[in-house]
Amino acid sequence: MSLKVSLVAVAFSLPGCFFIAWMLARWRFPGKLLVDALVHLPLVLPPVVTGWLLLLLFGMNGPVGRWLWDVLGVTLLFRWTGAALAAGIMAVPLMVRAIRLSIEAIDRRMESAAATLGASRLRVFFTISLPLALPGILAAVILGFARSLGEFGATITFVSDVPDETRTLPIAIYAAMQMPDGESMVTRLAILSMILSLGALMASEIMVRRIARSRYHVI
Amino acid sequence: MSFDVDIRRAIGDRTIAIAFRTDHPLVALVGPSGIGKTSILDMVAGIASPDRGHIAINGDILFDSDAGINRSIAQRHAGYVFQDRRLFPHMRVRTNLLYGRRTGMAVDMDDVLDFLGIGHLLDRWPSNLSGGEAQRVAIGRALLSGPRFLLLDEPLSSLDRHRKSDILDAIDQIRRRSPIPILYVTHDMGEAERLSAMIVTMTDEG
Repeated sequence: MSLKVSLVAVAFSLPGCFFIAWMLARWRFPGKLLVDALVHLPLVLPPVVTGWLLLLLFGMNGPVGRWLWDVLGVTLLFRWTGAALAAGIMAVPLMVRAIRLSIEAIDRRMESAAATLGASRLRVFFTISLPLALPGILAAVILGFARSLGEFGATITFVSDVPDETRTLPIAIYAAMQMPDGESMVTRLAILSMILSLGALMASEIMVRRIARSRYHVI
Repeated sequence: MSFDVDIRRAIGDRTIAIAFRTDHPLVALVGPSGIGKTSILDMVAGIASPDRGHIAINGDILFDSDAGINRSIAQRHAGYVFQDRRLFPHMRVRTNLLYGRRTGMAVDMDDVLDFLGIGHLLDRWPSNLSGGEAQRVAIGRALLSGPRFLLLDEPLSSLDRHRKSDILDAIDQIRRRSPIPILYVTHDMGEAERLSAMIVTMTDEG
Protein backbone atom coordinates (compact mmCIF):
# COMPACT_ATOMS: atom_id res chain seq x y z
CA MET A 1 0.00 0.00 0.00
CA SER A 2 2.68 2.47 1.03
CA LEU A 3 4.80 1.57 -1.98
CA LYS A 4 1.94 1.97 -4.40
CA VAL A 5 0.88 5.29 -2.89
CA SER A 6 4.45 6.64 -2.93
CA LEU A 7 5.22 5.49 -6.46
CA VAL A 8 2.04 7.01 -7.84
CA ALA A 9 2.61 10.18 -5.84
CA VAL A 10 6.13 10.65 -7.24
CA ALA A 11 5.24 9.60 -10.79
CA PHE A 12 2.39 12.08 -11.04
CA SER A 13 4.07 15.00 -9.35
CA LEU A 14 7.36 14.66 -11.28
CA PRO A 15 6.29 16.30 -14.58
CA GLY A 16 4.63 19.17 -12.74
CA CYS A 17 7.62 19.61 -10.47
CA PHE A 18 9.94 19.66 -13.47
CA PHE A 19 7.84 22.32 -15.16
CA ILE A 20 7.71 24.51 -12.03
CA ALA A 21 11.43 24.03 -11.44
CA TRP A 22 12.19 25.01 -15.05
CA MET A 23 9.96 28.06 -14.72
CA LEU A 24 11.64 29.15 -11.51
CA ALA A 25 15.14 28.49 -12.83
CA ARG A 26 14.85 29.97 -16.33
CA TRP A 27 11.92 32.34 -16.68
CA ARG A 28 11.42 35.82 -15.40
CA PHE A 29 7.81 36.68 -14.74
CA PRO A 30 5.82 38.81 -12.33
CA GLY A 31 4.72 36.91 -9.25
CA LYS A 32 7.72 34.57 -9.35
CA LEU A 33 8.32 35.15 -5.65
CA LEU A 34 4.74 34.17 -4.89
CA VAL A 35 5.01 30.95 -6.94
CA ASP A 36 8.27 30.14 -5.18
CA ALA A 37 6.64 30.69 -1.79
CA LEU A 38 3.53 28.66 -2.69
CA VAL A 39 5.69 25.74 -3.82
CA HIS A 40 7.47 25.71 -0.48
CA LEU A 41 4.28 26.07 1.54
CA PRO A 42 3.80 22.35 2.29
CA LEU A 43 7.30 22.34 3.79
CA VAL A 44 6.48 24.89 6.47
CA LEU A 45 2.73 24.47 6.97
CA PRO A 46 1.66 21.96 9.61
CA PRO A 47 0.74 18.85 7.57
CA VAL A 48 -2.67 18.90 9.22
CA VAL A 49 -3.34 22.25 7.59
CA THR A 50 -2.29 20.93 4.18
CA GLY A 51 -4.65 17.98 4.69
CA TRP A 52 -7.43 20.34 5.72
CA LEU A 53 -6.86 22.51 2.63
CA LEU A 54 -7.02 19.39 0.44
CA LEU A 55 -10.24 18.47 2.18
CA LEU A 56 -11.67 21.91 1.40
CA LEU A 57 -10.67 21.61 -2.26
CA PHE A 58 -11.35 17.94 -2.93
CA GLY A 59 -14.12 17.21 -0.42
CA MET A 60 -17.62 16.56 -1.69
CA ASN A 61 -18.46 20.24 -1.30
CA GLY A 62 -15.08 21.53 -2.44
CA PRO A 63 -14.86 23.02 -5.95
CA VAL A 64 -12.56 20.33 -7.36
CA GLY A 65 -14.12 17.45 -5.44
CA ARG A 66 -17.63 18.33 -6.60
CA TRP A 67 -16.51 18.60 -10.21
CA LEU A 68 -14.72 15.24 -10.05
CA TRP A 69 -17.83 13.60 -8.63
CA ASP A 70 -20.34 15.26 -10.97
CA VAL A 71 -18.34 14.86 -14.18
CA LEU A 72 -16.26 11.74 -13.66
CA GLY A 73 -18.07 10.09 -10.80
CA VAL A 74 -14.91 9.66 -8.75
CA THR A 75 -13.83 10.95 -5.39
CA LEU A 76 -10.45 10.94 -3.75
CA LEU A 77 -11.90 10.92 -0.25
CA PHE A 78 -11.10 7.79 1.74
CA ARG A 79 -9.37 6.35 -1.33
CA TRP A 80 -5.72 5.44 -1.86
CA THR A 81 -5.64 7.91 -4.73
CA GLY A 82 -6.34 10.62 -2.16
CA ALA A 83 -3.47 9.36 -0.05
CA ALA A 84 -1.25 9.55 -3.14
CA LEU A 85 -2.38 13.12 -3.79
CA ALA A 86 -1.56 14.15 -0.22
CA ALA A 87 1.83 12.42 -0.38
CA GLY A 88 2.54 14.00 -3.78
CA ILE A 89 1.73 17.50 -2.57
CA MET A 90 3.95 17.04 0.47
CA ALA A 91 6.81 15.90 -1.78
CA VAL A 92 6.57 18.87 -4.16
CA PRO A 93 8.83 21.35 -2.30
CA LEU A 94 11.70 18.88 -2.00
CA MET A 95 11.41 17.70 -5.59
CA VAL A 96 11.14 21.18 -7.09
CA ARG A 97 14.15 22.32 -5.10
CA ALA A 98 16.36 19.42 -6.21
CA ILE A 99 15.35 19.72 -9.87
CA ARG A 100 15.69 23.50 -9.86
CA LEU A 101 19.24 23.27 -8.54
CA SER A 102 20.17 20.81 -11.26
CA ILE A 103 18.63 22.99 -13.97
CA GLU A 104 20.50 26.01 -12.67
CA ALA A 105 23.70 23.96 -12.76
CA ILE A 106 23.34 23.16 -16.48
CA ASP A 107 26.11 24.78 -18.46
CA ARG A 108 24.22 27.20 -20.71
CA ARG A 109 27.25 27.31 -22.99
CA MET A 110 26.54 23.67 -23.92
CA GLU A 111 23.07 24.71 -25.01
CA SER A 112 24.37 27.50 -27.24
CA ALA A 113 26.99 25.15 -28.67
CA ALA A 114 24.23 22.71 -29.62
CA ALA A 115 22.30 25.55 -31.25
CA THR A 116 25.27 26.53 -33.43
CA LEU A 117 25.27 22.92 -34.67
CA GLY A 118 21.79 23.50 -36.02
CA ALA A 119 19.73 21.99 -33.19
CA SER A 120 16.23 23.35 -32.64
CA ARG A 121 15.25 24.52 -29.15
CA LEU A 122 13.28 21.33 -28.62
CA ARG A 123 16.24 19.18 -29.65
CA VAL A 124 18.57 21.18 -27.40
CA PHE A 125 16.16 20.56 -24.52
CA PHE A 126 15.89 16.81 -25.02
CA THR A 127 19.49 16.06 -25.99
CA ILE A 128 21.40 18.55 -23.83
CA SER A 129 19.38 20.19 -21.04
CA LEU A 130 17.39 17.18 -19.88
CA PRO A 131 20.28 14.67 -19.80
CA LEU A 132 22.49 17.19 -17.99
CA ALA A 133 19.76 17.71 -15.37
CA LEU A 134 19.22 13.96 -14.95
CA PRO A 135 21.20 13.43 -11.74
CA GLY A 136 19.15 16.16 -10.05
CA ILE A 137 15.92 14.66 -11.33
CA LEU A 138 16.89 11.27 -9.91
CA ALA A 139 17.79 12.89 -6.60
CA ALA A 140 14.37 14.56 -6.64
CA VAL A 141 12.70 11.19 -7.19
CA ILE A 142 14.56 9.68 -4.22
CA LEU A 143 13.71 12.59 -1.95
CA GLY A 144 10.10 12.67 -3.08
CA PHE A 145 9.75 8.93 -2.63
CA ALA A 146 11.27 9.01 0.84
CA ARG A 147 9.04 11.91 1.81
CA SER A 148 5.95 10.13 0.47
CA LEU A 149 6.73 6.93 2.37
CA GLY A 150 6.78 8.82 5.63
CA GLU A 151 3.79 11.05 4.94
CA PHE A 152 1.30 10.96 7.82
CA GLY A 153 -0.32 14.24 8.89
CA ALA A 154 -1.84 15.45 5.62
CA THR A 155 -2.88 11.93 4.66
CA ILE A 156 -4.75 11.10 7.85
CA THR A 157 -6.47 14.48 7.80
CA PHE A 158 -7.48 14.20 4.16
CA VAL A 159 -8.41 10.55 3.66
CA SER A 160 -8.34 9.29 7.29
CA ASP A 161 -7.56 5.65 8.05
CA VAL A 162 -9.39 3.13 5.89
CA PRO A 163 -7.95 -0.40 6.18
CA ASP A 164 -6.75 -1.79 2.83
CA GLU A 165 -7.40 1.55 1.14
CA THR A 166 -5.56 4.45 2.74
CA ARG A 167 -3.68 2.58 5.47
CA THR A 168 -0.12 3.44 4.55
CA LEU A 169 2.73 2.23 6.75
CA PRO A 170 2.90 5.23 9.08
CA ILE A 171 -0.86 5.18 9.53
CA ALA A 172 -0.86 1.42 10.16
CA ILE A 173 1.84 1.91 12.80
CA TYR A 174 -0.14 4.66 14.44
CA ALA A 175 -3.29 2.51 14.38
CA ALA A 176 -1.46 -0.45 15.89
CA MET A 177 -0.15 1.75 18.67
CA GLN A 178 -3.70 2.61 19.62
CA MET A 179 -4.56 -1.06 20.11
CA PRO A 180 -4.01 -2.61 23.55
CA ASP A 181 -2.02 -5.60 22.25
CA GLY A 182 -0.54 -3.98 19.18
CA GLU A 183 3.05 -3.84 20.35
CA SER A 184 4.41 -6.74 18.31
CA MET A 185 2.52 -5.40 15.29
CA VAL A 186 4.16 -2.00 15.77
CA THR A 187 7.58 -3.60 15.95
CA ARG A 188 7.01 -5.64 12.81
CA LEU A 189 5.71 -2.65 10.86
CA ALA A 190 8.46 -0.37 12.10
CA ILE A 191 11.12 -2.86 10.97
CA LEU A 192 9.38 -3.26 7.62
CA SER A 193 9.30 0.50 7.25
CA MET A 194 13.00 0.79 8.01
CA ILE A 195 13.89 -1.95 5.53
CA LEU A 196 11.72 -0.36 2.86
CA SER A 197 13.13 3.13 3.31
CA LEU A 198 16.71 1.95 3.53
CA GLY A 199 16.29 -0.28 0.48
CA ALA A 200 14.75 2.52 -1.57
CA LEU A 201 17.47 4.97 -0.63
CA MET A 202 20.26 2.51 -1.37
CA ALA A 203 18.77 1.42 -4.68
CA SER A 204 18.47 5.00 -5.84
CA GLU A 205 21.92 5.85 -4.62
CA ILE A 206 23.40 2.95 -6.58
CA MET A 207 21.45 4.06 -9.64
CA VAL A 208 22.69 7.64 -9.41
CA ARG A 209 26.24 6.50 -8.85
CA ARG A 210 26.19 4.22 -11.84
CA ILE A 211 24.99 7.05 -14.06
CA ALA A 212 27.34 9.56 -12.51
CA ARG A 213 30.35 7.33 -12.94
CA SER A 214 29.91 6.38 -16.54
CA ARG A 215 28.45 9.52 -18.01
CA TYR A 216 28.92 12.60 -15.92
CA HIS A 217 32.27 14.22 -15.86
CA VAL A 218 33.42 17.78 -15.80
CA ILE A 219 35.73 18.53 -18.72
CA MET B 1 32.51 39.49 -50.53
CA SER B 2 33.40 36.80 -48.01
CA PHE B 3 32.98 39.08 -44.98
CA ASP B 4 31.01 42.28 -44.64
CA VAL B 5 30.79 43.09 -40.94
CA ASP B 6 30.02 46.37 -39.20
CA ILE B 7 28.65 45.90 -35.70
CA ARG B 8 28.51 47.68 -32.39
CA ARG B 9 27.37 46.48 -28.98
CA ALA B 10 27.49 48.12 -25.59
CA ILE B 11 28.38 45.83 -22.69
CA GLY B 12 28.21 47.66 -19.39
CA ASP B 13 30.00 50.95 -19.93
CA ARG B 14 32.20 49.59 -22.73
CA THR B 15 31.46 49.47 -26.41
CA ILE B 16 32.65 46.66 -28.61
CA ALA B 17 32.71 47.67 -32.23
CA ILE B 18 34.31 46.34 -35.37
CA ALA B 19 34.02 46.93 -39.10
CA PHE B 20 35.71 45.13 -41.98
CA ARG B 21 34.90 44.16 -45.57
CA THR B 22 37.04 41.73 -47.45
CA ASP B 23 37.21 39.00 -50.06
CA HIS B 24 39.99 37.26 -48.19
CA PRO B 25 38.78 33.81 -47.10
CA LEU B 26 40.57 33.92 -43.75
CA VAL B 27 40.32 36.89 -41.45
CA ALA B 28 42.24 36.97 -38.18
CA LEU B 29 40.93 39.15 -35.37
CA VAL B 30 43.97 40.07 -33.33
CA GLY B 31 43.96 41.93 -30.04
CA PRO B 32 44.80 41.58 -26.37
CA SER B 33 42.74 39.34 -24.09
CA GLY B 34 39.55 40.87 -22.76
CA ILE B 35 39.08 43.26 -25.67
CA GLY B 36 35.89 41.52 -26.80
CA LYS B 37 37.05 39.19 -29.56
CA THR B 38 34.89 36.33 -28.32
CA SER B 39 31.90 38.69 -28.11
CA ILE B 40 32.38 39.44 -31.81
CA LEU B 41 32.34 35.72 -32.65
CA ASP B 42 29.23 35.25 -30.48
CA MET B 43 27.50 38.00 -32.44
CA VAL B 44 28.47 36.46 -35.77
CA ALA B 45 27.22 33.05 -34.56
CA GLY B 46 23.97 34.55 -33.29
CA ILE B 47 24.52 33.74 -29.61
CA ALA B 48 24.55 37.47 -28.84
CA SER B 49 22.95 40.29 -30.79
CA PRO B 50 24.68 43.54 -31.74
CA ASP B 51 22.92 46.76 -30.80
CA ARG B 52 23.17 47.85 -34.42
CA GLY B 53 25.02 47.16 -37.62
CA HIS B 54 25.07 44.33 -40.13
CA ILE B 55 26.77 40.98 -40.68
CA ALA B 56 26.93 39.33 -44.08
CA ILE B 57 29.06 36.34 -44.99
CA ASN B 58 29.41 35.21 -48.62
CA GLY B 59 26.57 37.56 -49.45
CA ASP B 60 24.31 35.86 -46.89
CA ILE B 61 22.79 38.46 -44.57
CA LEU B 62 22.79 37.10 -41.02
CA PHE B 63 22.01 40.32 -39.18
CA ASP B 64 20.92 43.77 -40.24
CA SER B 65 19.49 46.10 -37.66
CA ASP B 66 18.18 48.53 -40.30
CA ALA B 67 16.31 45.83 -42.20
CA GLY B 68 15.22 44.07 -38.99
CA ILE B 69 17.00 40.84 -39.93
CA ASN B 70 18.34 38.64 -37.14
CA ARG B 71 18.63 34.99 -38.13
CA SER B 72 18.48 32.44 -35.29
CA ILE B 73 21.60 30.59 -34.15
CA ALA B 74 20.50 27.34 -35.76
CA GLN B 75 19.74 29.02 -39.11
CA ARG B 76 23.16 30.62 -39.44
CA HIS B 77 25.05 27.33 -39.83
CA ALA B 78 28.19 28.59 -38.16
CA GLY B 79 30.94 26.08 -37.52
CA TYR B 80 31.89 27.53 -34.16
CA VAL B 81 34.94 26.06 -32.42
CA PHE B 82 34.78 27.51 -28.92
CA GLN B 83 37.84 28.40 -26.91
CA ASP B 84 36.56 26.12 -24.13
CA ARG B 85 35.59 23.52 -26.80
CA ARG B 86 32.20 22.71 -25.26
CA LEU B 87 32.16 19.04 -26.13
CA PHE B 88 28.98 17.55 -24.67
CA PRO B 89 30.15 15.72 -21.53
CA HIS B 90 27.34 13.13 -21.59
CA MET B 91 28.04 11.94 -25.13
CA ARG B 92 30.90 9.91 -26.51
CA VAL B 93 33.17 11.46 -29.14
CA ARG B 94 31.23 9.74 -31.94
CA THR B 95 27.89 11.19 -30.81
CA ASN B 96 29.49 14.59 -30.34
CA LEU B 97 30.84 14.50 -33.89
CA LEU B 98 27.50 13.45 -35.35
CA TYR B 99 25.43 15.96 -33.38
CA GLY B 100 25.19 18.56 -36.13
CA ARG B 101 25.04 16.09 -38.98
CA ARG B 102 22.06 16.08 -41.30
CA THR B 103 21.29 13.76 -44.17
CA GLY B 104 22.59 14.67 -47.58
CA MET B 105 25.67 16.51 -46.40
CA ALA B 106 28.61 16.93 -48.67
CA VAL B 107 31.27 16.68 -45.95
CA ASP B 108 32.70 13.18 -45.82
CA MET B 109 32.96 11.77 -42.30
CA ASP B 110 35.90 9.44 -42.96
CA ASP B 111 37.79 12.20 -44.68
CA VAL B 112 37.42 14.54 -41.70
CA LEU B 113 38.32 11.80 -39.19
CA ASP B 114 41.34 10.99 -41.30
CA PHE B 115 42.92 14.40 -41.72
CA LEU B 116 42.20 15.40 -38.10
CA GLY B 117 43.56 12.03 -36.92
CA ILE B 118 40.68 11.39 -34.52
CA GLY B 119 39.36 8.10 -35.88
CA HIS B 120 40.67 6.15 -32.89
CA LEU B 121 38.90 8.42 -30.36
CA LEU B 122 35.31 7.68 -31.37
CA ASP B 123 34.39 5.57 -28.34
CA ARG B 124 36.06 7.80 -25.76
CA TRP B 125 34.32 10.23 -23.41
CA PRO B 126 35.30 13.90 -23.78
CA SER B 127 36.69 13.91 -20.25
CA ASN B 128 39.28 11.32 -21.27
CA LEU B 129 40.75 13.38 -24.11
CA SER B 130 43.91 15.42 -23.97
CA GLY B 131 43.73 19.12 -24.81
CA GLY B 132 44.91 18.60 -28.39
CA GLU B 133 42.55 15.67 -28.97
CA ALA B 134 39.58 17.61 -27.58
CA GLN B 135 40.47 20.54 -29.83
CA ARG B 136 40.59 18.36 -32.92
CA VAL B 137 37.28 16.71 -32.00
CA ALA B 138 35.74 20.17 -31.54
CA ILE B 139 36.99 21.19 -34.98
CA GLY B 140 35.69 17.93 -36.42
CA ARG B 141 32.26 18.44 -34.87
CA ALA B 142 32.03 21.92 -36.36
CA LEU B 143 33.14 20.73 -39.84
CA LEU B 144 30.74 17.78 -39.87
CA SER B 145 27.76 20.03 -39.27
CA GLY B 146 28.25 21.33 -42.81
CA PRO B 147 28.92 24.94 -41.84
CA ARG B 148 28.71 27.92 -44.20
CA PHE B 149 31.63 29.54 -42.39
CA LEU B 150 34.02 28.71 -39.55
CA LEU B 151 34.59 30.63 -36.33
CA LEU B 152 37.76 29.62 -34.51
CA ASP B 153 38.27 31.11 -31.06
CA GLU B 154 41.91 30.90 -29.94
CA PRO B 155 42.19 27.32 -31.20
CA LEU B 156 45.83 27.08 -30.14
CA SER B 157 45.47 28.33 -26.60
CA SER B 158 46.42 25.87 -23.85
CA LEU B 159 48.25 23.58 -26.29
CA ASP B 160 51.95 22.80 -26.31
CA ARG B 161 54.05 23.77 -29.32
CA HIS B 162 53.89 20.37 -30.99
CA ARG B 163 50.08 20.27 -30.75
CA LYS B 164 49.88 23.84 -32.00
CA SER B 165 51.53 22.94 -35.29
CA ASP B 166 49.16 19.94 -35.62
CA ILE B 167 46.14 22.20 -35.35
CA LEU B 168 47.65 24.78 -37.73
CA ASP B 169 48.24 21.99 -40.26
CA ALA B 170 44.62 20.91 -39.84
CA ILE B 171 43.43 24.46 -40.51
CA ASP B 172 45.58 24.55 -43.67
CA GLN B 173 43.93 21.29 -44.73
CA ILE B 174 40.47 22.74 -44.18
CA ARG B 175 41.30 25.74 -46.34
CA ARG B 176 42.56 23.53 -49.11
CA ARG B 177 39.53 21.24 -49.05
CA SER B 178 36.60 23.52 -48.49
CA PRO B 179 36.63 27.15 -49.52
CA ILE B 180 34.40 28.45 -46.71
CA PRO B 181 35.23 31.76 -45.02
CA ILE B 182 37.06 31.49 -41.71
CA LEU B 183 37.08 34.04 -38.90
CA TYR B 184 40.00 33.31 -36.61
CA VAL B 185 40.48 34.92 -33.21
CA THR B 186 43.89 35.11 -31.60
CA HIS B 187 45.99 37.34 -29.36
CA ASP B 188 49.15 36.21 -31.15
CA MET B 189 50.13 38.15 -34.27
CA GLY B 190 52.60 35.41 -35.25
CA GLU B 191 49.80 32.88 -35.60
CA ALA B 192 47.84 35.19 -37.87
CA GLU B 193 50.89 35.75 -40.05
CA ARG B 194 51.68 32.05 -40.20
CA LEU B 195 48.16 31.48 -41.62
CA SER B 196 48.65 34.38 -44.08
CA ALA B 197 45.34 35.75 -42.96
CA MET B 198 43.93 39.18 -43.50
CA ILE B 199 44.58 40.79 -40.13
CA VAL B 200 42.05 42.97 -38.34
CA THR B 201 43.52 44.50 -35.22
CA MET B 202 41.20 45.25 -32.35
CA THR B 203 41.97 48.08 -29.98
CA ASP B 204 39.87 49.82 -27.38
CA GLU B 205 36.95 51.60 -29.02
CA GLY B 206 38.11 49.78 -32.19
